[in-house]
Amino acid sequence: MTDTRKSADYILAKLQGVTKMYSQPDHYDILVLDDINLTIFKGQFVALLGPSGSGKSTLLRIVTGLSQPSFGTVLYRGRPVTRPNPRAAMVFQSFALYPWLTVQQNVELGLTAKGIPLAERRQKALRLIDLIGLNGYEEAFPKELSGGMRQRVGFARALAVDPELLCMDEPFSALDFLTAENLRSELLDLWLDDKISLQSILMVTHGIEEAVYMADRIIVLSTNPARIVADLAVNLPHPRNRKSSDFIYLVDHVYKIVTAGDRPPHSPLNLVPSRLQDPESEDRAQLKPIPYGHLSMLSGLLELVSDRGGRDDLYRLGSELLLEVDGLLPVTDTAELFHLATVAEGDLILTEQGRQFAEVDVSARKQIIRRELLNIPLFRLILRVLSAKTNHAMSKDFFTDILEEHFSQDQAERQLALAINWARFADLFHYDTDSELLYLADDQLAEAGDWDTAVR
Amino acid sequence: MFGSRSFESSSSSYADAVIGVGILALISLAVAWATHKPASTGAPAAISLAYSRLPIDALFSWLRMAAAYAISLVFTMVYAYSAAHNRRAERILIPLLDILQSVPVLSFLPVVLLAFIHLVPHSSLGVNLASIVLIFTGQVWNMVFALYNGLITVPRDLRESALSLQLSPWQRFRTLELPYGMVGLVWNSMMSWAGGWFFLMAAEMFSLNDHRYRLRGLGSYLQTAANQSRWGHEIVALLTLIGVIVAMDQLVWRPLLAWADKFKLEMVEGDQQFHSVVLVILRRSRLAQWMGTSLLVPLVEAVDAWLGVGLPRWRRQAAWLGSLLGLARTLATAGTIFLLFSALEDGLRLMSHLSANTVSLIALAVGATLIRVVVSLAFSVAWAVPVGVLIGLSPRLAKLLTPITQIAASVPATALFPGLVALLFRLGGGLTFASVLLMVLGTQWYILFNVIAGASAIPEDLKEAARMFGLKGSRIWRTLILPAIFPYLITGLITAGGGAWNASIVAEYVAFRGHIYTTFGVGAMIAQDSQHGRFAALLAATSLLSITVVVINRLIWRRLYQHATNRYSLS
Repeated sequence: MTDTRKSADYILAKLQGVTKMYSQPDHYDILVLDDINLTIFKGQFVALLGPSGSGKSTLLRIVTGLSQPSFGTVLYRGRPVTRPNPRAAMVFQSFALYPWLTVQQNVELGLTAKGIPLAERRQKALRLIDLIGLNGYEEAFPKELSGGMRQRVGFARALAVDPELLCMDEPFSALDFLTAENLRSELLDLWLDDKISLQSILMVTHGIEEAVYMADRIIVLSTNPARIVADLAVNLPHPRNRKSSDFIYLVDHVYKIVTAGDRPPHSPLNLVPSRLQDPESEDRAQLKPIPYGHLSMLSGLLELVSDRGGRDDLYRLGSELLLEVDGLLPVTDTAELFHLATVAEGDLILTEQGRQFAEVDVSARKQIIRRELLNIPLFRLILRVLSAKTNHAMSKDFFTDILEEHFSQDQAERQLALAINWARFADLFHYDTDSELLYLADDQLAEAGDWDTAVR
Repeated sequence: MFGSRSFESSSSSYADAVIGVGILALISLAVAWATHKPASTGAPAAISLAYSRLPIDALFSWLRMAAAYAISLVFTMVYAYSAAHNRRAERILIPLLDILQSVPVLSFLPVVLLAFIHLVPHSSLGVNLASIVLIFTGQVWNMVFALYNGLITVPRDLRESALSLQLSPWQRFRTLELPYGMVGLVWNSMMSWAGGWFFLMAAEMFSLNDHRYRLRGLGSYLQTAANQSRWGHEIVALLTLIGVIVAMDQLVWRPLLAWADKFKLEMVEGDQQFHSVVLVILRRSRLAQWMGTSLLVPLVEAVDAWLGVGLPRWRRQAAWLGSLLGLARTLATAGTIFLLFSALEDGLRLMSHLSANTVSLIALAVGATLIRVVVSLAFSVAWAVPVGVLIGLSPRLAKLLTPITQIAASVPATALFPGLVALLFRLGGGLTFASVLLMVLGTQWYILFNVIAGASAIPEDLKEAARMFGLKGSRIWRTLILPAIFPYLITGLITAGGGAWNASIVAEYVAFRGHIYTTFGVGAMIAQDSQHGRFAALLAATSLLSITVVVINRLIWRRLYQHATNRYSLS
């Protein structure tokens, strides 16, 4: 009895079945967060880790009360959160400073909102400015400061209101490497030495090293929709040494979870299936997002891995190419989609086709991509529509509309733009920017006809 | 630690003197305005052309402008804020704004004038109010649009940080939303003043229902001087007007623009910065500083406290207030709807007396004016595009000519009309030619300035590439210059088109030395109908003109603009 009460005292925030959907005009809702259950205890530094677009920022905003979940509840100290939580403070990736206010005025902002008198406000802001290492800059405007200094203002502003929970949305990713490193260790010092009134920190990040370096607990999220795929404790003592074998082991471990992990490979889309009446229904039902991989980056990566014997560690590749998981994943996903490589155990392994691809010239590469594109439902759909029409042309809007049954409007447009780009590379169909028409040229039509009869 | 910085840096006592005198002058101005006994409307006072009257006349004109601008500013804040924060309001307010913006305001002059004279009879207050309202309707819409755009494009991060820091709605408006919209608001205020002069000149002297209404001011002075062929007076009055406009630019707009620089969101210092000596003097003056720390800061604190703590508490205590407000809102909505419907009914009843003949005549007149608008736009394009490109491509020429063209453009076309008409009649041309020329006067500058901006924005590497491939003559125009200036040209044409329609009202009907000269067109029709009190025809002509302009904007200009920004934008 006493035990349970005690543990309840330790709970700061609790998420129960938090689900977030964005409704679309045509009743197809896009699921962003799927049934997130999470408890944040006092004294914890929690990192939310996931690739970009995984909905982790949305989750952070739901915890702070800036955004409301579609289903489920957020409890803060046992009470439901329905509006921006006054005991939580936010630090933004873009700093979100007010350019027309001085450093002092920016830091005072939250205190002004509380109605604290002028003199007291000044005092308090000055103390924070000192603590965060900004003394001397009180009267400067944000545009006169470097990026690192600006984020210090962001921290001072958040801490000035004596929050219990500090929520940080990728706070270091807009900074250069050295500045970020410096700011990370200073924040850790403040946190570990109890110089600030914080109970917990919740940090959204896509940097695996950053999470392992700073946090006590790492929550790994999947994409499309975001689900919790791992909840890991980090028990390494502070200050953590990035060169130590324990550290490296843990980073590699997390890397494996993020890259291969429980990301259901090309899972059916996160939405209600579409109506099944049209002739293209088969392909429509299977429409799934194509990864946003650059074809030139894909070629470069495959050549590099091929030079190294056809297999390499993704973590090492990423740090050599100065790419976060975020930048690397779409490229490896594209490689997997085209059957050029597979990802296993955090390694990228070239297939037979992948080795070939790395060796041949560009026109042969186009042939390979072309063959692969013909197996992807989106491209099959487009080709079928184009060759069925008498003028072999169709407006872009027609396809965007179809895609909008499956994606948000923004995403539908990006997907189609990417598809057009790939098709141009593989000479599959043309697109005329002025008339916004997708169309088949005569030679393309002949080949599409061959393919169509072969399929049937 | 802070605040002491500026006290030590400079103690410019002359600045204090300047500001003190300025404030004193403002107060005495207001008193003069209040005690000014206007002439009664029935028998218009003869306009004295004594040179000594000019400063007073300029002052009266300026005060009308200032009053209209003050109303515009308040209206802008209320309208833009409601549109940006209330979904339902947005759905009505924004399309309405779009239409109001494209309607030629001068065509409303008779209607507005009539309404106010009925409201306040037997004094020139009604005419004064009418001119102020007219200027207001001419200048407010682009200001509203600018602020509304600012309010809805506040970056998500800044908005979220304000919410997460628990700022109240008032504090959000004061620290985030208004500053964010400030740059656009200042620029558009400047444009609105320029437009305001245009309407003011026309509104100070007008005939309606066989009465002639006159207001003391620069506009009536200019008209009277032209009517009496007193060219010396005409020129001095024009110089006075230019002086007022230049002084406004130096004393108000430049300092404001320089001040608004700090509200730009970009985190890097931009290359285009405004400097203003006046602003520097103000910022260094002790008086201004004292006013800032001892008046402004406590005032803001007090308002913050009242709105943040006092008002909510009072509201909680006074629960009846909510229901009262709700009732008031319902009544206001019902009243507005009733008013609109009865106005509509009245209007329709009026127009039902019109014969089909009159209606088709009005339609033909709109067509005639449309042709004039197109011709005047073509004229303007024909000279402004080559000259603008020439200036824009050469930085040396631009530096030399920009101040001159700016001053030339700052003179409202309506101020030049009386003098030019007199001149043209003396030379023997009819109004058919003169009216087109007058419309060109109202349109050319918009096109010229936009073309200069477009040509100077052509990147150096594109120019070099063209030079390397040996592109010359018409080819360089077709491949580089025309596509690059196209979006700018369209922007200029849209504004110029609006200016041309407005100018047609004053350009097609001219009273000169007791004679009336007209040419066939909707502008002349509106002027004649209001002259003789034919309100049914007046209403029909105004509505048809407005509808035509809105339709043209929707069907042609908006599409062209979208095409231009999609296809030819260089960014």
